[in-house]
Amino acid sequence: MLGLGKKDTTLLIVVAVLTLCAPFILNPFPAGSAMAQFNAGYPDLMQRFVIFGIFAVGFNILFGLTGYLSFGHAAFLGVGSYSAVWIFKLFTYNVLPAIALSVVVAGLFSLLIGFVSLRRSGIYFSILTLAFAQMSFALAYSVLSNPKFNLTNGETGLQVYTDDPQWFHSDRLPDLPHLFGLSMRATHTMHMGDWSFSFNTGYYLCAVVMLLVFYLAIRIFRSPFGMMLRAVKSNQQRMNYTGLNTRPYTLAAFVISGMYAGLAGGLMAAMDPLAGAERMQWTASGEVVLMTILGGTGTLIGPVLGAGFIKYFENIFSKINDTVLHGWFGFLPDGLEDVMVFIVHPFIGKGWHLTLGLLFMLVVIFLPGGLVEGGQRLARWIRGRRAEDSRRKTEPAE
Amino acid sequence: MTKTTVTRRGVLRTGAAAGAGLALPTIFTASSASAYMNEPTGATVTLGFNVPQSGPYADEGADELRAYQLAVEHLNGEGDGGMLNTFSSKALQGNGILDKKVQFVTGDTQTKSDAARASAKSMIEKDGAIMITGGSSSGVAVAVQGLCQEAGVIFMAGLTHSNDTTGKDKKANGFRHFFNAYMSGAALAPVLAAQYGKDRKAYHLTADYTWGWTQEESIKAATEALGWETVNTVKTPLAATDFSSYIAPVLNSGADVLILNHYGGNMVNSLTNAVQFGLRDKMVNGKRFEIVVPLYSRLMAKGAGENVKGILGSTNWHWSLQDEASKTFVKSFGTKYGFPPSQAAHTCYCQTLLYADAVQRAGSFNPCAVEEALTGGDSSLPGISSEANKGFLFDGLGNGQTLYRGADHQCFKDVLVVRGKENPTSEFDLLEVVQVTPAAQVWYEPDHPMFAGGSLGECNPGA
Repeated sequence: MLGLGKKDTTLLIVVAVLTLCAPFILNPFPAGSAMAQFNAGYPDLMQRFVIFGIFAVGFNILFGLTGYLSFGHAAFLGVGSYSAVWIFKLFTYNVLPAIALSVVVAGLFSLLIGFVSLRRSGIYFSILTLAFAQMSFALAYSVLSNPKFNLTNGETGLQVYTDDPQWFHSDRLPDLPHLFGLSMRATHTMHMGDWSFSFNTGYYLCAVVMLLVFYLAIRIFRSPFGMMLRAVKSNQQRMNYTGLNTRPYTLAAFVISGMYAGLAGGLMAAMDPLAGAERMQWTASGEVVLMTILGGTGTLIGPVLGAGFIKYFENIFSKINDTVLHGWFGFLPDGLEDVMVFIVHPFIGKGWHLTLGLLFMLVVIFLPGGLVEGGQRLARWIRGRRAEDSRRKTEPAE
Repeated sequence: MTKTTVTRRGVLRTGAAAGAGLALPTIFTASSASAYMNEPTGATVTLGFNVPQSGPYADEGADELRAYQLAVEHLNGEGDGGMLNTFSSKALQGNGILDKKVQFVTGDTQTKSDAARASAKSMIEKDGAIMITGGSSSGVAVAVQGLCQEAGVIFMAGLTHSNDTTGKDKKANGFRHFFNAYMSGAALAPVLAAQYGKDRKAYHLTADYTWGWTQEESIKAATEALGWETVNTVKTPLAATDFSSYIAPVLNSGADVLILNHYGGNMVNSLTNAVQFGLRDKMVNGKRFEIVVPLYSRLMAKGAGENVKGILGSTNWHWSLQDEASKTFVKSFGTKYGFPPSQAAHTCYCQTLLYADAVQRAGSFNPCAVEEALTGGDSSLPGISSEANKGFLFDGLGNGQTLYRGADHQCFKDVLVVRGKENPTSEFDLLEVVQVTPAAQVWYEPDHPMFAGGSLGECNPGA
């Protein structure tokens, strides 16, 4: 279907079902119950899941296929966000032009940076991209945000003010990013007994965009171009000796993944019309590397899983505080309760980084192929048992 | 190849199941048309405390959280009641807000606008918070205030000192109890002129974001009006931890006063660097070199230790104040935590009480009704003749008579000029009050050039 093999079609359908049913899947616990703390099915987090999924899928096209480890991808995400917010400020709150411009600007920006950085490979390439990203961060954070020439609004972040021109904005349209009048914040909440599920316009826009670019990524992975990129990863020197110039291929991969990052940045601004400089910091670039490695480098679904995993920890674990802990361990006798809270305390709230770090170490040590490898092992184990069962079944016949 | 058999009975059964499935949502969908965003319907109401738990302002954030927990206790009628006993409005009874028990959720702003907005959004969307409060950076306050305006909940700013929060970035759903950079400049400049003379040359190091810019602008304007000269102004990144490279050029600039427009961890580091470079022992232009920190807090004084002795600055509130309300607050905070509260804790506690009181008086959690109750009054501060001197006047929260001004949602009250104590008697007794500047001296009109641009807009109830 759609020029995909049977296996890829199944994968695409599974991803489509998962993203479209996410409001149900992510809210498994009834609202008001003690476990509701772990529900992730609210619009902001669901949007983040798919947006960072897009970002990681794009990053994987560069890192997973060519092996070039870029440490500066957050710069493209930031540039995308800034261009989108400028469209909101100057022209219209309609998200389509904003997203389109963010992809184009990020593409041009990555062409520039890629052209310079790709003259080197390996660690030198990583350092060059890191340097460019930090330069962009410094520019956005302070140089381009002085009171006289304010392109980025520095620490506060670029946002839309009531006195901005917005030439194509009319009073009939919502005062928030919208798609032809349909506000990105519009949420329909469905109550079923104790459960409640939120269906958010912005989330579904992001989900549809993600399915499109996920399909595109599958096509790239399976194309001759993708094969060429894999060849670059396995032995670039040999490719050069056979008289083939690999740079156009790597540059194309770099620009494509930069455009994915720009798209993610544009969507982020479309969901919440503010662009902050910290989006471009090296920690943000490192985060997408973590997402890709955690999920499974070079696999299609891995980066999306990794993005979901990290964002879940950042938003859910960081919000558990001591009061919540006391609620959980309230059934224990007083002294024991305090001991349990004392033990768990460093791993929750602001300590979520610690929990994530431990899990990351476990994954890298025991599942070098990331969460995807974990899934494959699990599947193999189940299949193995079933095969064993059938073998056992045949035995008595002898 | 699997074989599919279709039977009449099977088709009927599937059809019935599908029909029931389609009908399900309409059966269970309650009519959720509420009058405003996150209208509390149960026996509880949820407030969102969004404070920095990591980053340069983490100390302030931790103290803010303590104050919020104390305020919630007092609102729910636990503990000794704190400043509910001294507050001039007696609407609150210690049985929650409008008979609903107060609950809270917490989040980490990381002192980054993006993270702060994400955290606030999850409080609004997931936890159903009706009001968001907290924060220790103006950048974050402006970003979260914008979000609350769009989402239709109330934002009660925590520690934010930039002119922009109630200036060009003001919003109808946002309110600030804390004082601002302009007030610091207006209160501090006369004291500086009296202590250090009128012919001084000042060098500014400024945190590079909205607060730093407006703080520098305000103190520069106020000191220049008294005859000082500004030699240079240098912006430093908020995330910087070592300021040596910024301090070295000060030595050769010919300046004889260094003004540190820094706060929190930034100020602790820059002041320590400046003292290490021997700035305070130098004589320049025949005068002793001085350092000024426009915005001071006890937590910063504690962090900088010995180095703060004799250094002048301004503060919103200090625990050593001897009025009844301050003493009550210090007592109940000290009983619970074992040390006195900081100015950040004080302003956050006041904001929570002020919000609860406004809801109680309005009889509704609707943001528009709350705005009307909080700033829509007709009372005014005595001794100031101005069209804009109108809003909600209250007393008994530690700053004397205070006006929540309707025109820009900014509180007007006395400002304290403080100095690092030479001979502290305890580890908390670090600042001494030099002067209490009356509100009339720090008053400004809402259209003052430093606050111009932007408008409150309409209150947004979100539904």
